[in-house]
Amino acid sequence: MLLEIHEPGQTPLPHESVSAIGIDLGTTNSVVAVSQSGKPEVICDEHGVALLPSVVAYGDDGGATVGAAASALIQEQPDRVVSSIKRLMGRGIDDLNAVAGTLPFDVATDERDGMVRLSLAGRTLSPVEISADILRATRARAETGLGREVTRAVITVPAYFDDAARTATKDAARLAGLEVLRLVNEPTAAALAYGLDQGAEGLYAVYDLGGGTFDISVLRLEKGVFQVLATGGDAALGGDDFDHAIAEHLLSARGVGEGTLSAGEIKSVLATARAAKEGLTTADSVSVELTVGGETTTHTIDRATFEQLIAAHVGRTIEICRQVLDDAGFAPDETKGVVLVGGSTRVPAVHNAVADFFGGRPLGNIDPDAVVALGAALQAEALTAGSDTLLLDVTPLSLGLGTMGDLVEKIIHRNTPIPVARAQEFTTYQDGQTGMIIHVVQGEREMVDQNRSLAKFELTGIPPMVAGAARIRVTFAVDADGLLTVTAREETTGTESKVEVKPSYGLAEGVIERMLHDSLAHAQEDVTRRLLTEARVDAERVILATRAALTADVALLENGEGAVIESAIATVETAAAADDRDAIQAAIEALDHAAQPFAQRRMDRSIAAALGGKSIDAIDAELQNTENTGPT
Amino acid sequence: MTAESNIQVNVCWSCHGGVREGQAFCETCGAVQPPGQTDHFARLGLDRQFDLNPDDLQTRYFALQRALHPDRFASRSEQERAISMQQSTSINEAFETLKDPLRRAEYLLSLGGFTVNAETGNLPTDPAVLAEAMETREALMEAETAAAVADLADDVRTRAETCRADLAMAFAGSDLARAATLATRLKYLEKFGDEVRRRQATLQAAQ
Repeated sequence: MLLEIHEPGQTPLPHESVSAIGIDLGTTNSVVAVSQSGKPEVICDEHGVALLPSVVAYGDDGGATVGAAASALIQEQPDRVVSSIKRLMGRGIDDLNAVAGTLPFDVATDERDGMVRLSLAGRTLSPVEISADILRATRARAETGLGREVTRAVITVPAYFDDAARTATKDAARLAGLEVLRLVNEPTAAALAYGLDQGAEGLYAVYDLGGGTFDISVLRLEKGVFQVLATGGDAALGGDDFDHAIAEHLLSARGVGEGTLSAGEIKSVLATARAAKEGLTTADSVSVELTVGGETTTHTIDRATFEQLIAAHVGRTIEICRQVLDDAGFAPDETKGVVLVGGSTRVPAVHNAVADFFGGRPLGNIDPDAVVALGAALQAEALTAGSDTLLLDVTPLSLGLGTMGDLVEKIIHRNTPIPVARAQEFTTYQDGQTGMIIHVVQGEREMVDQNRSLAKFELTGIPPMVAGAARIRVTFAVDADGLLTVTAREETTGTESKVEVKPSYGLAEGVIERMLHDSLAHAQEDVTRRLLTEARVDAERVILATRAALTADVALLENGEGAVIESAIATVETAAAADDRDAIQAAIEALDHAAQPFAQRRMDRSIAAALGGKSIDAIDAELQNTENTGPT
Repeated sequence: MTAESNIQVNVCWSCHGGVREGQAFCETCGAVQPPGQTDHFARLGLDRQFDLNPDDLQTRYFALQRALHPDRFASRSEQERAISMQQSTSINEAFETLKDPLRRAEYLLSLGGFTVNAETGNLPTDPAVLAEAMETREALMEAETAAAVADLADDVRTRAETCRADLAMAFAGSDLARAATLATRLKYLEKFGDEVRRRQATLQAAQ
């Protein structure tokens, strides 16, 4: 339907020859991969290691060290090192209670904007900035591995990430100098890696239990289309909770209260717990040494005890699976298979619970730590080089508005396919009311304060009318990345107010710009280059469109007009080959101008055809005849 | 055959030639076109009727999304990306509306000037529907065991199935008034079915 033909002798406009990468920005580890010709590969470091610990250490000079080197400093210099930052992405002060006590670092909150910030090595940093440092490290690894510059990426997020966390992730990528081609949900990425590998068709579930998040998605796979039917999860449930359960168990065995420990000791206890958990994947019993208050004790934990400690967490994941399947309208045994993703699925109790629930052996032959990044790399290739696969995703959580009595009116229900746009009309409840607060919330509960507040803004300038007379139309639009835009409009006067929902807990646009400026990440250069690329893409489109019109409607050209348009096309081509964006745009405008009378004749002809009840083909045939009979 | 004089012609935003309303791509230059104001059935290439084959609907939906989803336009110009987003949004809206029998019925009725409005708290006005609502609600209150609730769930499912079949017949016979009553009944039964299933889940979890 859509053909791109390059005329002989015409070289296509230059495209940037850089690859797009796939990044799994994980709670515990991050992985970067690239795909060429449908074959995705993890990019390892110089020692052949695939996993990059999502741990950042900050030095006195403000420099950041990411990965294993930073992990090594956790116990020595706990005030400089941060891990599991993903759990705080897009979160505000009010959310901290939900994760309180489970975080291996001290959190400072900023009263001015309600955002969470961390004090590290004497600096105050936001989760977005820390995540940007991790993304910079993955980008650097990819550039070293591929031997060329990388500026575009597909980044994965938990399907259950809300709007705030998604926006925060995209902001982090911008700070790291990466253009996000698409945010892809982790389970979808995993399905992509499996689906392409095995040509699977039918109904599949993806069970993804990572370090800090749990996701379950149900997908229909059919001839390269990955249609997400329902998704659910818990953005604060993962292997870290297992570590924490073991740590509490160990400390209570020692009779030590957690409150008495130093930051270094807490991190050390959690590391011990983690080692115990990993040991219990294969062993029936492990013994670990716990050093607290300068005293070391030895403890034995058997698998049965461990499974008892984590039973509630595992049970919760299965309960969510049941609900998501119910949402999709299927029974567990209707799934053809279940894919396991995330390091925590190595825990035998998790593996067994999943097998029991879905009634079959889960698929796990792709490394669960790498599968998400591999899927992201495939999608990055699909978006840049083209592909037959298509991901159709859904909104993970319902989106609505706070109304009278603090009740939530849902506008877009969870598991609605995206992109989506829905509108609803509201009215004023007081005579002469001229303003209306639009409070955007995300979640499934009935009361406003039980849900996540995403944004609050006021539509002003409503003309004074009696209560109930104004018609305020509020439109929610969610794009393919799952990001929301809300528009409010008073219909009788056209008063409009539009917000790109920058979540209440996100960074303000100005803050991001300043960070970009401060980061010395060649921000200006990046922006300039992007605008230039955009102008070149547009130049290419205009040339193709004009050539197509010239070919189709050559009969409508007047004397000498063809040559004038051809020359304008040549000017656009010359401009696009150079680096001046303004020159390209000026050339495009000149071409539009030169082709204007020709376009008008084409349009008139189309309208004449429609009005005269003739098909365009018939008119064309007449024109052909006129031409053939006329002098040549 | 439709009269050709009814064809509306739009201007292609890219090559400025004429494009017939409803065409997703310009026939001359291939540029993607805005979705326009066509109804959900026409958007998916279907006749405006209640009966449809779900597999066929799914196939048409996938084919359209394959051609028009924003991911297909990731490296194209900003306008093309924005337009494909609108197209993809419209296709999702059409598919979501038509795939569910109740929403499809409501949509068809709205095209025919009828509204089904059980959601805003209006009690069903049809005496038979009202009586059924009271009877089933009473049955749920009396059902105390998981087995009794499961029986009720089966019963409601059967009623809904029958109602869908009746709805199809009413539409086939162009009896929109009857279809409106049946759609109200189906809306009640589906809502009530959700309630029964929630009760069932609570009882199962308590066991």
